[in-house]
Amino acid sequence: MSVTATGVTDAVPVSVSGRSFREGFSMFRNAKSITGLSILAVFTLLAIFGPLIAPYDPDAIDLLHRNEAPTWGHLLGTTHMGQDILSQIIIGTRGVMIVGFLSGIFATIIAVLVGVTAGYVAGAKSEALSALTNVFLVVPGLPLIIIVASQFEDPSVVLIAAVLAITGWAWGARVLRAQTMSLRNRDFIQAARVNGEPLYRIIAVEMLPNLLAVIASSFVGTVTAAILAQTTLAFVGVTPISNWNWGTILFWAQSNNAFPDKWWWYLPAGLCIALVGVALALVNFGIDEYVNPRLRSAGMRARALRKRGFKPSDSATAVADTRN
Amino acid sequence: MSFFLRRAAFYLFTAWAAITINFFLPRMLKGDPITAYLARNQGKVSPEAIDSLRILFGLDNPKPIWQQYIEYWGSLLHGDLGVSLSKGLAPVTAVIADALPWTLGLVGVSTIISFVIGTGIGTFIGWRRGSRAEAIVPIATFLSTVPYFWLGLIVISVFSTTLRWFPASHAYSKGTVPNFSFEFIGDVIYHSALPAFTIVLTSLGGWVLGMRNMMVTVLDEDYVTVAQAKGLSPFRVMYGYAARNAVLPQLSSFALSLGFIVGGTLIMEMIFSYPGLGLRLFEATLAKDYPLMQGMFLVITLSVLVANILADVVYAIMDPRSRQEAAS
Repeated sequence: MSVTATGVTDAVPVSVSGRSFREGFSMFRNAKSITGLSILAVFTLLAIFGPLIAPYDPDAIDLLHRNEAPTWGHLLGTTHMGQDILSQIIIGTRGVMIVGFLSGIFATIIAVLVGVTAGYVAGAKSEALSALTNVFLVVPGLPLIIIVASQFEDPSVVLIAAVLAITGWAWGARVLRAQTMSLRNRDFIQAARVNGEPLYRIIAVEMLPNLLAVIASSFVGTVTAAILAQTTLAFVGVTPISNWNWGTILFWAQSNNAFPDKWWWYLPAGLCIALVGVALALVNFGIDEYVNPRLRSAGMRARALRKRGFKPSDSATAVADTRN
Repeated sequence: MSFFLRRAAFYLFTAWAAITINFFLPRMLKGDPITAYLARNQGKVSPEAIDSLRILFGLDNPKPIWQQYIEYWGSLLHGDLGVSLSKGLAPVTAVIADALPWTLGLVGVSTIISFVIGTGIGTFIGWRRGSRAEAIVPIATFLSTVPYFWLGLIVISVFSTTLRWFPASHAYSKGTVPNFSFEFIGDVIYHSALPAFTIVLTSLGGWVLGMRNMMVTVLDEDYVTVAQAKGLSPFRVMYGYAARNAVLPQLSSFALSLGFIVGGTLIMEMIFSYPGLGLRLFEATLAKDYPLMQGMFLVITLSVLVANILADVVYAIMDPRSRQEAAS
């Protein structure tokens, strides 16, 4: 039976010259992850080469072309000052990507250090680290970020990323601790311990490869949260509005009554945030399906059954239809 | 030490740490609240009033920090959170008590609606895995990654500014006095339509996805196959066997999300000018009203903590395995 057509592209493993990939990247080797990573790659290129690509200076005021709907001269229209919105979005990509990934990296490092240690050591030390994690889970993130960020006249990008990381690492640490605890008593870890392998080797060589999917998933989650929080901060006006990012564009759009008529001003920026979010979610779905193969196979098997003429959710029909 | 004692000690420590962070938070911020207050009310405050304010806030003779800490705990245990500088020196507890019901009502109801609908949809598309119903997944994912404030503004401009179906801000019509008449309650529901709609729209995706993934995982278990082989009705297998087990992680995340009801919707309240806790916290931050900010922060933190305890208890009740593991 040939399983083709029906427009089913998700969940079918894609073969990208796979053999050159290292084993650790196999979680990204599926259609969903690859789509997500491709979208992220486009935005990363925009972030790097933005100033070369942007047709105008995002701050350049052009009083002859104010509040213009998209034209060939200004593909996404202009602001109340005649600034080119497409250029603002391209230039703003860098701020969004840097803060998102920096804070994702910071948070993941803290989460791995605290989470894996808390999972590996036992007793009071583990409980203490777990309690520390819980304190950071309980403290409300966004209000704390707003309070801290509003204390600085001109917070740098790194500072904002650090604040977002400090409020965002705890969830990853909690998941990592649980996963490490379940690994700790597996046979291969105990064998390594009996063999007298040093602690750093047990953690780095025996455990980390088994934790990679969890780490990757918590990294992706933190980046998503950081990007949303950062654009929200810029929109609220807590972080300086002179640094371009997509939240800044929405800040200006809202303060100049762009809603609802000047759609070219607010729609693209919001859609860009959502697009990055969807890309990160796709990567996470890919990791989920890698960790839990049932998620991947369920849809395929159900569709295969349906092709042969019976519904997977019916009970008892399987016997009757085997003649197909 | 028994499991429950250990959990209790654990939560007591967390509560202590959170309250201590709350004590140090305003002390780490620059500028004292009196200076900010005076800057806002220039010339309107007499020198005597300034002196009495300084005494009220303990700025007249700087005490050592440990003594302040003990006094902070003392007043906290008496339920005294100080007075708010930006709300005409009203007690902080009164300001919080004023704002809390609005947040709890609106966000609480929306969270429950979102959980029920989302889990229902998740059960269905998990059961009909591989069918066309799965198109809901990408839509729900998109809606949950859209920035909330952006969606809120678009919803306002469509349903309020353009169509004029629903009011865009405030919790009730201007000029009405809160009371328990049907008319007023209807007015409140009418005003909460748009904020509730946006909350449900953005939070639905998580519930759908979580439930769908758990359903797909559980449906592969042997006991589901056995139930189908016994010839039980599909409805019975779906609810009595699959969904019952799949819903466990959902319930514990629901208990956790209850904690974020109190503080998690700051942006919603700002956009809809809804007189809840989040809006007041934001105003307090801008006005450098440290006592109010501290009080709000404490209430939000403690409610998340209580929700955590609740999630633990719910899980222990619903899933006997977690109790056994804890006992062993």
